[in-house]
Amino acid sequence: MTTATTTLTYTITAMFDDFLTRAALAGVGLSLATGPLGSFVVWRRMAYFGDATAHAAILGVAMALATDLPVGFGIMVVSLAMAVTVATLAAKGWAMDTTLGVLAHSALAFGLVAVSFVPGVRTDLSAWLFGDILAVSRGDLAFVWGGAVVVLALLAWRWQALLTATLNEDLAHASGLNPDRERLVLTIALAIVVAVAIKVVGALLIAAMLIVPAAAARGLSRTPEVMAGLAILIGAVSALGGLQLSLWQDTPAGPSVIVVAALIFTATTALGRRLTG
Amino acid sequence: MMGLIRADNICVRFGGAEVLHDVTMAVKPGEIVTIVGPNGSGKSTLLRALLGIVPVAQGRVQRAPGLRIGYVPQRLALDRSLPMTVRRFLSLPVRVSDAAATQALARVGVPSVAALQMASLSGGQLQRVLLARALLSDPQLLVLDEPTQGLDQPGEAGFYQLIEDVRAASGVAVLMVSHDLHVVMAASDRVICLNGHVCCEGTPHVVSSAPEYRALFGLGTKGALALYQHVHDHDHTHDHDHSHDHSHIHDHSHV
Repeated sequence: MTTATTTLTYTITAMFDDFLTRAALAGVGLSLATGPLGSFVVWRRMAYFGDATAHAAILGVAMALATDLPVGFGIMVVSLAMAVTVATLAAKGWAMDTTLGVLAHSALAFGLVAVSFVPGVRTDLSAWLFGDILAVSRGDLAFVWGGAVVVLALLAWRWQALLTATLNEDLAHASGLNPDRERLVLTIALAIVVAVAIKVVGALLIAAMLIVPAAAARGLSRTPEVMAGLAILIGAVSALGGLQLSLWQDTPAGPSVIVVAALIFTATTALGRRLTG
Repeated sequence: MMGLIRADNICVRFGGAEVLHDVTMAVKPGEIVTIVGPNGSGKSTLLRALLGIVPVAQGRVQRAPGLRIGYVPQRLALDRSLPMTVRRFLSLPVRVSDAAATQALARVGVPSVAALQMASLSGGQLQRVLLARALLSDPQLLVLDEPTQGLDQPGEAGFYQLIEDVRAASGVAVLMVSHDLHVVMAASDRVICLNGHVCCEGTPHVVSSAPEYRALFGLGTKGALALYQHVHDHDHTHDHDHSHDHSHIHDHSHV
């Protein structure tokens, strides 16, 4: 009873408190992009690819701060460079598991070392690594929603082609589509999402925000569209639930969001298994 | 009358290895052409070069302007992570109406699978669904890469019968690759025997008795051995016929 009352109190507080409204809106906005893009990451088995791109973001932060460029811009440039590097190496037939492992962890290590040279960032480091959703400003919120809408529009525009190329590249080719171009669309979308998501869940858990809601949606879906839609919904619920958990137990916000998403994944997977036998 | 698609002296290389050497072939409207050859003979590569999936190092591929191709891939690796009903699959990449989807499934003999997940289909059902999707674009040319791989004998015979029925009904040209010989050759107007280059080419009857073909595929039954002996005696004549046939197609397409 006490717990329920407390939850209710926090919910009402969240509705009226400005920084909480912004945090909630940022989480929901991010989910709009991570739901469909995360579905493609799952379908195309790009999980580690997402990790490498997201970890590169820390390097982007360091470089942007050192050169006085906007941080979002720095992240996008470095993430895009990383994503293109990975895609190029993959096309050349490098052993991807090892290569991605090397790139993902080196990007993080280089980023952390680079950040240590930039005065004033050291204290903020955990915000970049784990997110700082409660400190989202109006400008951040506009950036999150702007990025999410761009990604959503990009995916909606290429949806049929992306799905065909994901299913079978030869099939896409024979239909006059170019699978390489569709891959580039996903690469660009991924770089945007990394830049947008770092404030909300942090560089370490961006890949989780992509994969976990989409994986949770899989067990309940019969078509790609339903899965992408449910992934948005589960991502948004996770963001709100994680925010609640964070306020309530004073836990770090980014990891709390992923914890809720992981719990939903466990539940839907069990349910999906029961439904499909 | 121009061919639908043609390759002129194409070479395809992967790394340093030449997979196809100096291949010339063409498909005319309404005919069923089958490419046969042992594993690694470049059959699939030839199809992929014709479709523009792999680049040609030499020579060129020409397609009739606005050619509509329906493609049935060798296999569709269905990842369990991607939920996909048969109905949804038929709308890739071009959305089709429910009526068209229902009709296409009925046409290939699997009228009741629309609501099923692609991953739950049997091998035979999957091949028919792939064919239905290819037919939905109202193609002038159907391209099938080993369409009966993994099917049992009756399933295989049934599938080739279906291809013939489709051709008879719509006049679509068919280009397919196969390594199972007897069934597929019976269903073809023309057979191209490939082993990195075109070994021989002609009607199923001509090809099955050509020495190049026999060298690749062995002799089969005793009757075939007798036939082989006979053909072997006329080796030279046959080769001559073959080249004639070849240049005929060539001239044809230049008109």
